[in-house]
Amino acid sequence: MAIREGKTFHYENASILSYAAVVGKIEGEGPYGDEFDEIIEDNKGGTETFEQAEGLFQQKALKHAMDKTDLTADKMDLIFAGDLLNQCTGSSYGLKDFYIPFLGIFGACSTFAEGLLLAGAMVNAGYTDNTAAVTSSHFSSAERQFRFPLNYGGVRTPTAQWTATAAGAAIVAKTGKPPFIRAATVGKIEDMGINDLNNMGAAMAGAAYDTILRHFRHTGTSPESYDLIITGDLGQVGSEMLYELFKRDGISIESRHKDCGLLLYDREKQDVHAGGSGCGCSAAMMCGHFLKHIENGDLKRILYAATGALMSPTMVQQGGNIPGISHAVEICYK
Amino acid sequence: MNISNQEYGELAKRVSPPSAMAKTIPMAFVIGGTICVIGEALLNLYGALGLDRDNAAALTSLSLIFLSILLTGLKLYDRIAQVAGAGTLVPITGFANSVCSPALDFKTEGYVLGLGAKMFVIAGPVIVYGVSASVIYGIIYYCIKLFSA
Repeated sequence: MAIREGKTFHYENASILSYAAVVGKIEGEGPYGDEFDEIIEDNKGGTETFEQAEGLFQQKALKHAMDKTDLTADKMDLIFAGDLLNQCTGSSYGLKDFYIPFLGIFGACSTFAEGLLLAGAMVNAGYTDNTAAVTSSHFSSAERQFRFPLNYGGVRTPTAQWTATAAGAAIVAKTGKPPFIRAATVGKIEDMGINDLNNMGAAMAGAAYDTILRHFRHTGTSPESYDLIITGDLGQVGSEMLYELFKRDGISIESRHKDCGLLLYDREKQDVHAGGSGCGCSAAMMCGHFLKHIENGDLKRILYAATGALMSPTMVQQGGNIPGISHAVEICYK
Repeated sequence: MNISNQEYGELAKRVSPPSAMAKTIPMAFVIGGTICVIGEALLNLYGALGLDRDNAAALTSLSLIFLSILLTGLKLYDRIAQVAGAGTLVPITGFANSVCSPALDFKTEGYVLGLGAKMFVIAGPVIVYGVSASVIYGIIYYCIKLFSA
């Protein structure tokens, strides 16, 4: 059977009008702490539960992004939002009070790229104006759902990653100003046979490799064409695997590559093992740091390939693997 | 993909760092041992206070369980466990922590469907198979006694 290549979408007119990131205490103590719009020190953000807190993170991220442009909720056409919780709880409960048309999306930790590429497509096609992409993750709500209770004395393996308590929001519109969303490649579900819940980086590296490679091929580019190739949350293990996979094709991406999971925390001082993860991880790094540098022209062209482990605890318990996915969005100054 | 899952799995294994066992095993030994020393000290203390051996042993277990739950509630047990590993997991304190931590976590879903239902989510299998194993052991023991008599 011939394998379908998939297409890379090209956008004529879709810019990121505004963006904001809200992070938790530990993320605020990380190396990029002073670049985020708000640091919420209390793990529950003054709410009663971690799930409510995650909703609050999304709400605040979108509010900050809207406030930067004087946009009000009635001027917003659409939101694409997602998170890691069942029923996309953080998004649907957190954003309900805005009363903006809403489409919930799930791509595990790749969701922010999925949101950006969808928002860009809707705006570029002319269906909507002011369209937001919002995602979040919360360490405590994710641990509760996917792993062990917070105060359980289990020990993580060195390959495990730390779910970021963070949210990012970007509003896409036709502004004619940078950062421009120029192209996007939708990822395919890649089952590489990995079934270790504590090694998500390995589960996702194959998907990142496939999507980035297809993006290069479809756009006639190479790693040197980009100032940076930013992956979502491959962490230490996944990043090394990505280099190895490209090395087999004689391509070297090390010098161009950054991984949000390796940037968000200070891995020497903060006990996050193989790095950060979660929908909020790369959303916060993009909205807190990278988009700023594209907007002011420090970075001319980047490829943002967020990565997600489409992990179902039920399927893993039934002996299934952890499929990975990665969506790539090319964001440029011109 | 131009790589087989088997090759990919080998690659994953190669780049994944192993646990730092030269550090983790001695730490587990020292902290796990310390918990046992505390247990012995309590046992001797209760004995000196006039309790017979059975009661002193029961009270020792209860004391360790209490300490573990107290430290879990104070959010200290899991921090110690990050350094201690199996040292805090294996003794009775680990069992207490595994019951207490989900109870604390799921209180937000209510006392019945949250706390009550989820309390044994980790310890449950240990209890089920621990009790089952003891029944099998009992039957085997009974049969051996029957034949040896």
